[in-house]
Amino acid sequence: MAEITLVEAVNLALAHELARDPSVVLLGEDIGANGGVFRATLGLKDRFGAGRVLDTPLAEAAIAGLAVGMAAEGLKPVAEIQFTGFIYPALDQLINHASRMRHRTRGRLTCPMVLRSPCGAGIHAPEHHSESPEALIAHVPGLRMVIPSSPARAYGLLLAAIRDPDPVVFFEPTRLYRLFRQAVEDDGVALPLDACFVLRGGTDLTLVSWGAAIHETLAAAGALEDEGVSAEVIDVATLKPLDMATILESVGRTGRCVVVHEAARSAGFGAEIAAGIAESGLFSLLAPLERVTGYDVVLPYSRLEMQYLPGVARILAAARRAMKFQ
Amino acid sequence: MNVVASFQVERLEFLGAEGELLAPLPDFARDPEKLVALYRAMTLTRLFDARAVALQRTGQLGTFASSLGQEAVGTGVASAMREEDVLVPYYRDHGALLWRGVTMVESLLYWGGDERGCDYAGPRRDFPACVPIATQVTHAAGVACAMKLRGEPRVAVCMVGDGTTSKGDFYEGLNVAGVWHLPMVVVINNNRWAISVPLHAQTAAATLAQKAIAAGIEGLQVDGNDVIAVHEAARRAIERARAGGGPTLVEALTYRLGDHTTADDATRYRSAGEVERARRLEPRARLARYLERAGAWSGAAEERLRNECTERVEQAVREYLAVPPPAPAAMFEHLYAELPAALRPQREAALRAAGGERERG
Repeated sequence: MAEITLVEAVNLALAHELARDPSVVLLGEDIGANGGVFRATLGLKDRFGAGRVLDTPLAEAAIAGLAVGMAAEGLKPVAEIQFTGFIYPALDQLINHASRMRHRTRGRLTCPMVLRSPCGAGIHAPEHHSESPEALIAHVPGLRMVIPSSPARAYGLLLAAIRDPDPVVFFEPTRLYRLFRQAVEDDGVALPLDACFVLRGGTDLTLVSWGAAIHETLAAAGALEDEGVSAEVIDVATLKPLDMATILESVGRTGRCVVVHEAARSAGFGAEIAAGIAESGLFSLLAPLERVTGYDVVLPYSRLEMQYLPGVARILAAARRAMKFQ
Repeated sequence: MNVVASFQVERLEFLGAEGELLAPLPDFARDPEKLVALYRAMTLTRLFDARAVALQRTGQLGTFASSLGQEAVGTGVASAMREEDVLVPYYRDHGALLWRGVTMVESLLYWGGDERGCDYAGPRRDFPACVPIATQVTHAAGVACAMKLRGEPRVAVCMVGDGTTSKGDFYEGLNVAGVWHLPMVVVINNNRWAISVPLHAQTAAATLAQKAIAAGIEGLQVDGNDVIAVHEAARRAIERARAGGGPTLVEALTYRLGDHTTADDATRYRSAGEVERARRLEPRARLARYLERAGAWSGAAEERLRNECTERVEQAVREYLAVPPPAPAAMFEHLYAELPAALRPQREAALRAAGGERERG
């Protein structure tokens, strides 16, 4: 089985679905001859042709709107927005149309589209190239918000997203694109959407995260083990709709929870998880819930981005506070 | 200095304000029956429209956008489409919807606040009314792209207002349609007013048709109060698109005789004199005068048509008013193909709350 990076896993899943389903069409800026600025679509235009891999004009609202029109007319478009910092013109289409098409037509027209976008900080990119706006998407009824955290989950979740009959926004953490390799079999087996993944079992503390921050969260769990603390690590993976049951079950056993995310703190998705625990798991808590997040500041340019991101030390500090609380 | 490109904008018109012929009729219009069919559709649209406004005034319908005076645009365009084409309308396209087979009951349900009004029994592939301005232009491009990729001889027809032409997605849609040579036609209902903003405050361009030039596509202006011109322009554009000739932008010059919607009061921002002058140019009377002169229409026929249309509208109103509101569970239906587990507790809570309301009520 080949060991591949996350960006190669994205490419593998796209190729698999292009080959399997003739209604799948890719569209986006520079995705054809150039293979995408991160090479996520490398070679796909050569292999599947210009009728399946469409280079669009530089117009994000049009990319999302085209996908809505194609999807309603029976195709399965997989659109790419080059960076999440440029997704905002497409939000109009996602919020006002993609999320509502099925509902407002009572199922007559549907919107089985995927909107992929590389997200997150930590690769020394220029400004507007490092955002994590997943909470904006997760607020919208009718959408799915998915973020993988490993090559295998990128492959399996992207297959599921493309096969899903409803619109899915799929963020790909740029920091993980080439960070590590993992054995991924091109078996066409999708992973479940709407489900958290327990990456590591534990009994003392629940660490909840998603996307690139999973990497630091797992590192923190390893360090905690050396301190005699057994930390469970949950990868939320699908933020909308949220599998709160898995998180509540874990916190019910451990009584302590730290939520880690890269995006700014206020009204970040960690708040939704904290509220869910307060509503349905309050009496199992042995310590106040901790959030380790990006600060409520404008995302700094690259010289300070590692200070902005929730690193292992900050996660460990929060976990130790939670463990010490009596 | 050399001229590297030059352009002109053409205008198509056949019927003058008094119903006189300004140019030789196109082939389709030589058959009076065809014109009578358009006249009947415009009349039904107008009576439906007036009844919808009356329903709103009496609290039996939500906010409604009247198409008074613009009937030739919707009827003229939709009548040039084939059944398998796809209409991507905005919200002032009652005439187009009626011609496409959307029922008056469905339209009333939509404006009455019921999603079932978008579940058209007739044109299953047509899009429902689009409220966020200009966003539907890119949908039409996507629909047209799907048709082209599958090699189908079908056309996406998009309707927009004049205010739409100020928005970026209008241009994004035209631009990609031009680059990809898509089978798409965009028709601007230029009724001169975007709520309170008149055309001269909307754009410095001499015409809206010329917006096609920057996108590298065909563009022309038609007299939007001349249903023969609208139909002929739409027919040519649609058939060119179907034959692989690429997209067209059609600007139909007309006038919004009514308020923007029933929530608007146009006397706040425009003069009665302007409206009266525009009324003399309206499309239905113009076609009636032509048909009468051609011996294809009479006062007796007019009375029969009005009675027939009124009866159809009243029947639709009765059916609409008899439709009970959706059950509260409908909020959770069709949100996703299958309701996610995370939403089931909210659905149950909504049903409990609605049950409690009923008990108290």
